[in-house]
Amino acid sequence: LPLFTTPSPSPDYQSGKGSRRPCPREGRKKINQIKTTKYTLLSFLPKNIFEQLHRFANLYFVAIAVLNFFPVVNAFQPAVGLIPICIIMVVTALKDAWEDLRRYKSDKIINNQHCFIYNRKEQDYVQKHWKDVRVGDFVQLQCNEIIPADILLLFSSDPSGVCHLETANLDGETNLKQRRVVKGFLHQESRFEPELFQNKIVCEKPNNNLSKFKGYMEHPDQTRTGFNSESLLLRGCTIRNTEVVVGIVIYAGHETKAMLNNSGPRYKRSKIERRMNIDIFFCVGILFFMCLIGAIGHGLWKGKFSGLPPFDVPDANGNFPSIALQGFYMFLTMIILLQILIPISLYVSIELVKLGQVFFLHNDIDLYDEETDLSIQCRALNITEDLGQIQYIFSDKTGTLTENKMVFRRCTIMGNEFSHQENAKRLETQKELDSDDEDWTKCQYGAFPGLSTLRHTGKILFHMIFFQEKDVTPDQGLLTKVKDAALKLETLTPHKVTKPSFTTGSSITDFFLALAICNSVMVSTTTEPRQRVRCLNSPASASPSLPLLRLTLEKAWGQTPPLAVEIPPMWATRAAPGKTARPIIPEPEFCYEAESPDEAALVHAARAYNFTLVSRTPEQVTVRLPQGTLLTFDLLYTLGFDSVRKRMSVIVRHPLTAEIIVYTKGADSVIMDLLEDPKLRKIRAKTQKHLDWYARDGLRTLCIAKKVLNEDDFQRWANFRHEAEASLDNQDELLMETAQHLETQLTLLGATGIEDRLQEGVPDTITALREAGVQIWVLTGDKQETAVNIAHSCKLLEQRDMVYTINTESQETCESILNCALEEVKRCYDMSKTEHKFFGIPLPCQAPSSTMEAAVPDIGLVIDGKTLNIIFQGNLEKKFLELTKYCRSVLCCRSTPLQKSMVVKLVRDKLKVMTLAIGDGANDVSMIQAADIGIGISGQEGMQAVMSSDFAITRFKHLKKLLLVHGHWCYSRLARMVVYYFYKNVSYVNLLFWYQFFCGFSGTTMIDYWQMIFFNLFFTSLPPLVFGILDKDISAETLLALPELYRSGQNSKFYKMSTFWIAMMDAFYQSLICFFIPYLTYKDSDIGVFTFGTPINTISLITILLHQAMEMKTWTFIHWSVLVASFLLYFVVSLVYNAICVTCNSPTNPYWIMEKQLSDPTFYLLCFVTPVAALLPRYFFLALQGTLGQSPILEAQKLDKLPKEKKDLAIQEWRRQKERLSTACRVAPFPGNARLGHLQVPHFTEQELRDSSIKESSSPMKRHVGDWVLNRDKSSPLPCPGYVGHNQRSPSSSARPSPDEHLLGPSGYKAFGMFTDSQTGSPGASSRGSHKRSQSSLTI
Amino acid sequence: MAWSATSPGANQPDNTAFTQQRLPAWQPLLSAGITLPLFFCVGLAFIGLGLGLYYSSNGIKEIEYDYTGEPGIGNCTACARVGERVAPPHPNCTCQWCFSLPELFQGPVFLYYELSNFYQNNRRYVVSRDDEQLSGLASALRHPANECAPYQRTPTGLPIAPCGAIANSLFNDSFKLLYQRQPNGPYDEVPLDRTGIAWWTDYHVKFHNPAPINGSLKLAFHGTAKPPNWPRPVYDLSPDPNNTGFVNQDFVVWMRTAALPTFRKLYARIRHVNYSAGLPRGTYCVNITYNYPVLAFGGQKRIIFSSISWMGGKNPFLGIAYLTFGSLCIITGFVMLIVYIRYQDENGDGDEDE
Repeated sequence: LPLFTTPSPSPDYQSGKGSRRPCPREGRKKINQIKTTKYTLLSFLPKNIFEQLHRFANLYFVAIAVLNFFPVVNAFQPAVGLIPICIIMVVTALKDAWEDLRRYKSDKIINNQHCFIYNRKEQDYVQKHWKDVRVGDFVQLQCNEIIPADILLLFSSDPSGVCHLETANLDGETNLKQRRVVKGFLHQESRFEPELFQNKIVCEKPNNNLSKFKGYMEHPDQTRTGFNSESLLLRGCTIRNTEVVVGIVIYAGHETKAMLNNSGPRYKRSKIERRMNIDIFFCVGILFFMCLIGAIGHGLWKGKFSGLPPFDVPDANGNFPSIALQGFYMFLTMIILLQILIPISLYVSIELVKLGQVFFLHNDIDLYDEETDLSIQCRALNITEDLGQIQYIFSDKTGTLTENKMVFRRCTIMGNEFSHQENAKRLETQKELDSDDEDWTKCQYGAFPGLSTLRHTGKILFHMIFFQEKDVTPDQGLLTKVKDAALKLETLTPHKVTKPSFTTGSSITDFFLALAICNSVMVSTTTEPRQRVRCLNSPASASPSLPLLRLTLEKAWGQTPPLAVEIPPMWATRAAPGKTARPIIPEPEFCYEAESPDEAALVHAARAYNFTLVSRTPEQVTVRLPQGTLLTFDLLYTLGFDSVRKRMSVIVRHPLTAEIIVYTKGADSVIMDLLEDPKLRKIRAKTQKHLDWYARDGLRTLCIAKKVLNEDDFQRWANFRHEAEASLDNQDELLMETAQHLETQLTLLGATGIEDRLQEGVPDTITALREAGVQIWVLTGDKQETAVNIAHSCKLLEQRDMVYTINTESQETCESILNCALEEVKRCYDMSKTEHKFFGIPLPCQAPSSTMEAAVPDIGLVIDGKTLNIIFQGNLEKKFLELTKYCRSVLCCRSTPLQKSMVVKLVRDKLKVMTLAIGDGANDVSMIQAADIGIGISGQEGMQAVMSSDFAITRFKHLKKLLLVHGHWCYSRLARMVVYYFYKNVSYVNLLFWYQFFCGFSGTTMIDYWQMIFFNLFFTSLPPLVFGILDKDISAETLLALPELYRSGQNSKFYKMSTFWIAMMDAFYQSLICFFIPYLTYKDSDIGVFTFGTPINTISLITILLHQAMEMKTWTFIHWSVLVASFLLYFVVSLVYNAICVTCNSPTNPYWIMEKQLSDPTFYLLCFVTPVAALLPRYFFLALQGTLGQSPILEAQKLDKLPKEKKDLAIQEWRRQKERLSTACRVAPFPGNARLGHLQVPHFTEQELRDSSIKESSSPMKRHVGDWVLNRDKSSPLPCPGYVGHNQRSPSSSARPSPDEHLLGPSGYKAFGMFTDSQTGSPGASSRGSHKRSQSSLTI
Repeated sequence: MAWSATSPGANQPDNTAFTQQRLPAWQPLLSAGITLPLFFCVGLAFIGLGLGLYYSSNGIKEIEYDYTGEPGIGNCTACARVGERVAPPHPNCTCQWCFSLPELFQGPVFLYYELSNFYQNNRRYVVSRDDEQLSGLASALRHPANECAPYQRTPTGLPIAPCGAIANSLFNDSFKLLYQRQPNGPYDEVPLDRTGIAWWTDYHVKFHNPAPINGSLKLAFHGTAKPPNWPRPVYDLSPDPNNTGFVNQDFVVWMRTAALPTFRKLYARIRHVNYSAGLPRGTYCVNITYNYPVLAFGGQKRIIFSSISWMGGKNPFLGIAYLTFGSLCIITGFVMLIVYIRYQDENGDGDEDE
């Protein structure tokens, strides 16, 4: 890093721990100017050329061009050989230059934003550009200004030294964050005096960790004050709620954390391109072979002549090299001649086509989300076609499948459950209300003159979040209890020390107090200077000018004070429909800004019971009690949430009792282990039961607990804590230790259940993707029960699926379970196959290629993180994968981000399949990066997922159109274009090759090389491009209606080995026809070289264009015009060129040849017969295929031709047929086993049972189905909480656990016996595990 | 940086047919029903055209004679042997080929010579010329292009005009046609029109003599050397001032390099008033001045009389090609028909089932 290597140890520098930081005195340091451009005007040419030469293909073509400069081998004129590569490189360079120019412009806008910097001469803050900000400058920022650099906060107008930030630009999170002034600068006058600042600042080197920052300040008296990221204002964030702040610039420009985090678009190679590269090597092979023929042929030809024929020209000195040498030279000449066998233009064409595809992708209105005003973002430009080949989808759950909008649903307090029925009912009707609500919002925000430029959509979202989270309908029973309890609380006299009692009443108040206090929620009201505009989910790549706009608008707003007055309160008329201004609602209530939606939901829940969080400062929290009294708690410490502890705590002093209370809130698994209260075991058990219910309902659960500390303990702990905070080295560990030290021996207060609602359209999307043959895995960090439940509700698991659940910590168990499950599944699968044969009923269940799905009952697999670990450690991956191959869906619960990515990598590498990972949170980043395609959902959890993704969408449901339609299109377009390109080049280049047989393999071309170059660059390049960008083989509606059409892409139907070779054969055949018909026609005539070549060239053009026309499935006017234009262009250019070039191109001379040919009837006769002859086989084959072909793609194309109503009918019919087949397949091998199966065979509905038992009443499957629950821990009262019927909604009698019904079949399978044997040893081991949930179970 | 865009509808895509990929389109789907008429139409048209071509090509008459002089064949053996022994330029040697026409040889009659196994399309040969020199450019005359090497300059350094291998290997046999109206009658020389044998554009645009100095072409070529194989310099190719130098028609024709190793070049047209209808019945003799050696590289020389039709010279292949592919179209048409009928049946059955 240049900054730190600056070798000028002036007194202004202070070194510490390998880091240096200039003292803020002089303005000669790192400036804040950013430059994201790659090139400058001067460096563009060399640098760009250098970069382009890194591509293998370009290097190859340059080498060939250079080869042309050796006189002995040159086939063309040396300079001409350079033309193709030059054009290619110029096009690429122009593209690069354009991209760079855009970056330059956006940089310029950013660099020229204004901010106030302290100027020593003027002793005041002066306005300057961002680019003039230097490290060490004092910057003054006002409310709503964007921070120009990473700044250490030294002063805030807020008396408590706090400054509020919105980090949406950085991470997409819209809640306000607090930053604090560096310790020691807190108590200042109203104004910060930069002149008095004499300290040296030492901090770490610039890095990209947004959340970590450490350093200290050395005062003139050598004392040091530490600071951390709490005091750092990051570039790109916006100051909110704070009038003025002053800080010193620590990192500027590219060293800011925001810039260091900004990695450009990623470069991936798509499957087609990998396939293509293989074929290019084949082409190289063919080329080599052809050149070898040329070399040998030339040698033989030379050897034929004993004397010196007059047409054999010696070299310049009149000598003849040896035949071998001439053969070698000829080899090189032939390489030059046949070079376009390696399709040079293909590379450029692919780039251009992908740009076009991305353009259409980006412009699809169906992928646009009004709420966030975001369309799909394509961050990776070159893997569009991979979207059409996805075989596995790995999805996150929270925020991806679900909305991540939390709604408080139920709670349990001291073992009493409060079901909040009214709340549930209200939420049911919520959806209908939503639409009205939107209208209402539009109306309300409609009428702001001059501000119509702001979007309404973001506002609506903003409004809706709060609408949902805020409105909790309290449970009536609980409400009365709360009132009673609260009354008691208020009667407490401040100084009366009460003994901690565990009455329900006080627990209830404690519970709600904890809900209200134990969080990091910020309160903002209309009285505070809160002028914020929410713009959720800023797109990462959008133009930077807009924050400016926002800024100015906000400033304008700041000057119009009580806006509420100006606005007609509720029903303002809509001035500009669709364009509404920002929400300045007269807020009668508090607005809560929470770091996670859970917290907000809890605070709102507390408020519903009249425990209203009124204000929160770093020192104090104020809560309004039901009776209206305000209680202000002194906030002694806040132990924030982290993923290791999985809990957070606050330590407060109760204002009335003066007790020191610790309120803790956290995941149930953690809290339950920390409880230490023997008396309350019953409550604990009850609560646990409730929690299990909640989990089964798909609710997120949190436990609330408290602890009362005595003064001495607290003091001791506080000292300890203080030391930890002051330490610089292992601060993190120490802090963690202290936190863990405190959070013990808690008293359980209760637990809450929060609903995370399924996103709109998720089940539908999943069903469609399923039909498309995509395997969907859910990888979540969430609890198994919740995950299974969500899986059911989003149709990932069906009622009748067999679900295997593997939870174990022992490797042997895991292995045997896997073995056994595999055995079982395979048998099932085999049996279904044999049965089909036996009954002789051809059941073409699915596409024949996807064998794994044929005729097997759908199988689901649920596995947790620990088991995954064992699988990874114990080399069980193979078995695991084999099992998952039979599974229709897999759920991995409790998995860490690392595990997520490991799973993705495992599947991708071992199964060699195309994978897609989709997620929205930071925990999905690794998985998104590991997959072939990473998709980020720009949702609630910030922008990290989006930043690391290839595509960013706003809703999960968009995946359907993205894959099924765009994926299919992009894939089929590009695949067919690539194949066409190979065909085109080979068929053209072969013409030259055939000619070699008649010119003594001397490398002569019968086509003028300019015309050859034009042929590739202009006459035949546009149609494939248009084809690659615009052609639709099947309409979007049909693709969406018939997801199975997607399988064509998964199976690489349009571009595989056979396609390539068929194209090659066709190219050879066509080139033979195109050469030999003219040859035989002109044989023994007075035809000249170019006069012979011109008709061949023309014929070839016609053939190639007509071939393209046959490939095109949709003919829009663009297709038409491009084809016709290419054809006409050829003639116009040829005529003009042949007419004006008399001696311009010596020694070859095409003068007047085209004109001569056009006056010759033979030319026309040739142009008729040859293309027809060349294309006849293909045409015949296509027509035959169109008539007899049974492929779904063809069928769908036929459907597309039908009129609308007929088409809909036909599609319905198609789907019905498929459904019939698939249900037949699925049910067929499944006997009526639910009677026997207990526990986990519950998902058969009565109807299905009857159906299946009628069909297969004597199936052997019956025998063992019941025996597949292994290692059930019979001693525990409820052995497998959550395993008992994964679906509560259909608790049929057959699904009840009844161990007595363990029935071994009349004749157990051998394998099964083996399995039980192998199990005998392990159950003890696994149940002895420390964790109470360490059971392993295999369930069907 | 992740700055956001917030102007109204900034991110909303345009809802146009183009951006939403809903442009009206014609969707052809090839199937038997559609292609049937096409196959038959094309097939019939081709067969018709093919028949026409075939017969019109058959109407063209050709008389050819191989005068290479391979040992034992023809009259030119002696000349050929001479040519083999002596390095060019060769001494004149003549031989004769006589033939009789039982009936009128329909005009217009063209006289060609044909060379076989002569690779005028050899890459190094094709480029061995200087078009600028041939177009009469004075500077190029003195400084022939490098492509001409080793026929660029003489060992003494004089520029060769015309330079290059093509010019050096100029075909220099000549023919004289004699007509004997009555048996044993006198032989009349048939006038051969040797002026219009090159392309009009070649003669008028591409090839020019350097500007004569004092009216003398010889002076204009002063300071240049003749190609090594030539017996006389370029300005002496013909006594006709419009047919000598670079614009000599034989030379111009030769310079248009042939595409294939067996090629013809037009030598003359017979269109004298007496012979405007063609060559009348009788006996003819061609006096061949044999200069050009071809035996050394296994070549052959022929002399050909040919008439032409609307579509050029004798060319039976095109007619055959049309007939072949026309029939193929018809055959595929029938296959399609069968497929179409069977498929319709199946379809019908399927419909009945449902």
